[in-house]
Amino acid sequence: MKIILHIWRQRNADDKGRMARYEVPNVNEHMSFLEMLDVLNEDLIAKDEEPVAFDHDCREGICGMCGSMVNGVAHGPKPGTTLCQLHMRFFKDGDELYLEPWRARAFPIVKDLVVDRSAFDRVMAAGGFISVATGSAPDGNAILVPKEDADRAMDAAACIGCGACVAMCPNASASLFLAAKISHLGLLPQGQPERHERAVAMVAQANQELFGACTNIGECEAVCPKEIKLEVIARMNHDFLLAKLAGRGAAEEG
Amino acid sequence: MSTIAIHPIHRAVRFYEAPIGKKAVMAITGVMLVGYVFAHLLGNLQIYSSDAEQINRYAGFLHNPANAAALWAARSVLLLAVALHIIAATQLWLQNRAARPIGYVKKADLPASYAARTMIWSGPIVGAFVIFHVLHLTAGKVLELRELGPNMPDVRYNVITGFSNPWISGFYILAMILLCLHLYHGMWSMFQSLGISHPRYTPLVKKAAAVLAIAVAVGNCSIPIAVLTGLLTY
Amino acid sequence: MELDSKCPTGPIETRWDRHQFSLKLVNPANKRKYTILVVGTGLAGGSAAASLAELGYNVKCFCFQDSPRRAHSIAAQGGINAAKNYHNDGDSVYRLFYDTVKGGDFRARESNVYRLAQVSLNIIDQCVAQGVPFAREYSGYLDNRSFGGAQVSRTFYARGQTGQQLLLGAYQALERQIGAGAVEMFPRTEMLDLIVIDGHARGIVTRDLMTGKIESHLGDAVVLGTGGYGNVYYLSTNAKGSNATAIWRAYKRGALFGNPCFTQIHPTCIPVSGDYQSKLTLMSESLRNDGRVWVPAKKDDTRPASQIPEAERDYYLERRYPSFGNLVPRDVASRNAKAVCDEGRGVGGTKLAVYLDLRDAIDRLGKHVIKERYGNLIDMYERIAGEDPYQEPMRIYPAIHYTMGGLWVDYNLMSTIPGLYVIGEANFSDHGANRLGASALMQGLADGYFVLPNTINDYVASTKLEKADANNAAVRDAEEQVLQTTSKLLHNKGTRSVDSFHRELGKLMWEYCGMSRTAEGLKLALSKIPGLREQYWREVKVLGSGEELNQSLEKAGRVADFFELAELICLDALERNESCGGHFREEYQTPEGEAARDDAHYSYAAAWEFRGVGNRPDLHKEPLTFEYVHPAQRSYK
Repeated sequence: MKIILHIWRQRNADDKGRMARYEVPNVNEHMSFLEMLDVLNEDLIAKDEEPVAFDHDCREGICGMCGSMVNGVAHGPKPGTTLCQLHMRFFKDGDELYLEPWRARAFPIVKDLVVDRSAFDRVMAAGGFISVATGSAPDGNAILVPKEDADRAMDAAACIGCGACVAMCPNASASLFLAAKISHLGLLPQGQPERHERAVAMVAQANQELFGACTNIGECEAVCPKEIKLEVIARMNHDFLLAKLAGRGAAEEG
Repeated sequence: MSTIAIHPIHRAVRFYEAPIGKKAVMAITGVMLVGYVFAHLLGNLQIYSSDAEQINRYAGFLHNPANAAALWAARSVLLLAVALHIIAATQLWLQNRAARPIGYVKKADLPASYAARTMIWSGPIVGAFVIFHVLHLTAGKVLELRELGPNMPDVRYNVITGFSNPWISGFYILAMILLCLHLYHGMWSMFQSLGISHPRYTPLVKKAAAVLAIAVAVGNCSIPIAVLTGLLTY
Repeated sequence: MELDSKCPTGPIETRWDRHQFSLKLVNPANKRKYTILVVGTGLAGGSAAASLAELGYNVKCFCFQDSPRRAHSIAAQGGINAAKNYHNDGDSVYRLFYDTVKGGDFRARESNVYRLAQVSLNIIDQCVAQGVPFAREYSGYLDNRSFGGAQVSRTFYARGQTGQQLLLGAYQALERQIGAGAVEMFPRTEMLDLIVIDGHARGIVTRDLMTGKIESHLGDAVVLGTGGYGNVYYLSTNAKGSNATAIWRAYKRGALFGNPCFTQIHPTCIPVSGDYQSKLTLMSESLRNDGRVWVPAKKDDTRPASQIPEAERDYYLERRYPSFGNLVPRDVASRNAKAVCDEGRGVGGTKLAVYLDLRDAIDRLGKHVIKERYGNLIDMYERIAGEDPYQEPMRIYPAIHYTMGGLWVDYNLMSTIPGLYVIGEANFSDHGANRLGASALMQGLADGYFVLPNTINDYVASTKLEKADANNAAVRDAEEQVLQTTSKLLHNKGTRSVDSFHRELGKLMWEYCGMSRTAEGLKLALSKIPGLREQYWREVKVLGSGEELNQSLEKAGRVADFFELAELICLDALERNESCGGHFREEYQTPEGEAARDDAHYSYAAAWEFRGVGNRPDLHKEPLTFEYVHPAQRSYK
């Protein structure tokens, strides 16, 4: 089948950028979306045109590196699926697809579809961890975790940090990302001592990174490839508000 | 990570600085405004009472100079809530616009989020309506209001003559539909903003929010419709 | 060159303890005066960087991805082994040690493997404390399952995302140190050369992938945790970016390369569907716990699976290996799949696949149990193959998955270049000729959390390290070489894309140095690769500039190294005239078609020394002796 692509091309951060139209004939339905882009790039190279830059690595839906907007939906039209695992059988001959990079002030564009998501790392560095030094842990079974809590923590921990939530959110808010980590750690007994400080510190950092605010719209939940639920954001709000009421975590904001 | 003693006002400011703090303020003020909307609806529905004087007695009770202090206290609290709600919403809106300075060439809007995405429009339109509504039925700046005596407005007459004007009724109905959307999102979202969510109960909260929001719209809209269709006459 | 493994002797149970005691320590106050460069942020690199920073060292950490959280350890699905014996089913440190030596077909050091089994206990504790959401039983205790060739339940898991959760644990520990200012992180930065000053590894040359800037970073020791080299084969289960450049450039600077031909083929991958295929997706072999592997009994049977009656199905693993059945080790399962396909009994359009069937398990346990256990794997299969495994059997085929070989290291994980440490999949140390399932995560974390942070002190404490000088000739030389290579690739004005060459190399390697190898095939490959490599340097086309993000340029450098490495892999495979583990030479098999080892001649680790591109490298041999687990023919019958 033939696919028509409109792809955002931007040489570097300073370039203004524009949409460019390409045709990819001979798309096989078993190809993954990124394999279709590989075919386009081989074609471009043959024509001495620079290939389209896009981030990708594992191509099995877990590293979180890939992703772009496909017709205005982060990671494309199939729910619960990263771009690398979206297969072309999901499209039909002659489809026109618009590919754009994640857009947010906190995610500056590097080139074409590649953006800089280091803001996520800084948010994690602010508090997305349990402070345990190597070697100081008690026996694994000394800490009992009810199965339901472990399962819910795992649901939240499934986040791959791809940034689709930010890209899709009309507010470019990173709340789902933050809240997934705050919930994962906050649901486990090991995460309790730092629970409130963690929420305050991560929220403050996200604010500094100029992400937008959550207004409970839910488009993040709809496009999250790991299907993380909006419920985690309530949990984050809960931890944050309680921390504030108790006057905890104040040091992080100073 | 340590706890440091800080001044309560300073703490409140910092609380408000965070977007989650602003959303909490919107949720709490929202609860107050929702309470007012329901109280107002109950007041309105008295127009259907078999006792035609019922609604006017109720208005007379509210306007009784003996109750003025309480009335103005309530009005002040509501005005403060409205002001905080609007200020917080505006600040969040500005922050969120700045968070994506360049938009998408093509952006799909997911249908499930319609009410949420339109809060920023349903809010101001409902706000504008409220001003018009106060000018119309409280201040008498749109049509002249009839009084049965000092501090005794003839609400029944004023409502029915007002709604006989299709423009006024139309604006009212439009505003009520937007209010319905606004309330639907607001009433479940306030739980989310305050950190209350549960996989079992949140879907129920959403359903309840929808039912109540529709009840408000249907209850209020029934009055102009009843007037226009001649079911309610003076 | 005399290879000194520095393995302790005496009772194996106390070797690591005694060795640790013999190592010199660095005064805590002095640690911050030392800078350690850690390349790679997977389970090994990430955990090492975090742990070294916790100890007080100054750490600079590098990864080519946009965030340390993307390292390919994240893709490991099944689990991590630890000899906790929580299930009272007869497991012990000794049994894990025994299984690993045996599973590795007696080509790993006993001392290393025993230490790995010991440390496995601490890993689980550490990860639980970090908040890794391991699967739990209703009682709240940790759950285990049996996995890939083990007869005890010693595998800890977090759904089908164990690697992800362990990596995020290490990543969070690393981010904590970054936040504390103890680690300086360089994402999107690729190591392109090793700087060796006066015989000691003192730094690396890197390219900033965003700006193209070539830069040197100097320190007191260099740690490579840069993963394996499976992408030599183009199609593998590795991430697209996984590459051998860091270890290969270290090899060219004098580090010996151990057992390059020991590559692991994973039996349960989704088969190739066409020429455009860019990678192969693995499905956790935990599926073999409940799935049954079969092919039609007749050749060229084109009926759909559902129409093939029970009597005409050949459950060949259960038939040939009654006691292990579908749970035979990876190499055995893979070779058998190839054998039945070679007989013309393969299934699917390409006839290069076998069935993995969950039907009986669904009948026995119910769909909900299967969904609970493998739901995400089944969803993934459905997304990729477009078929529903609850209705019809999955099609699987082996694919290159892991490389047991890597840079040679001693018991301290130090390579033959003093001050250059190699950890995780990048080294050759613990798995011998074949790695058991759920042991890669164990080794990566053992090296990074518990072994390296102990052994590196000894080097730092006992070596006089003058401050490295940025104007040293060695630094200049390394930078110059990197600049030259980059510029050569950019100005080549060739005609073919990097990928087209990489595919060609991969095909050649898979055909002649894949699941089974012959002297004849290897000689043919060795005659073809140099020509292809020269053609690459003549004809490769890299567009764009070196001063910005240029993904073609990144690939081009990596593929250039793969060409050289491919030759070494084939040479090593040709040199090893026996079959063992993942290295199967058709000439050396038992009458039943199993791998036939030659312990009299090949009970050694091969360590190759670079002698210039195109020249034959020198082979050094580290003899392997077995005091506890006596070599025997592996039998899974």
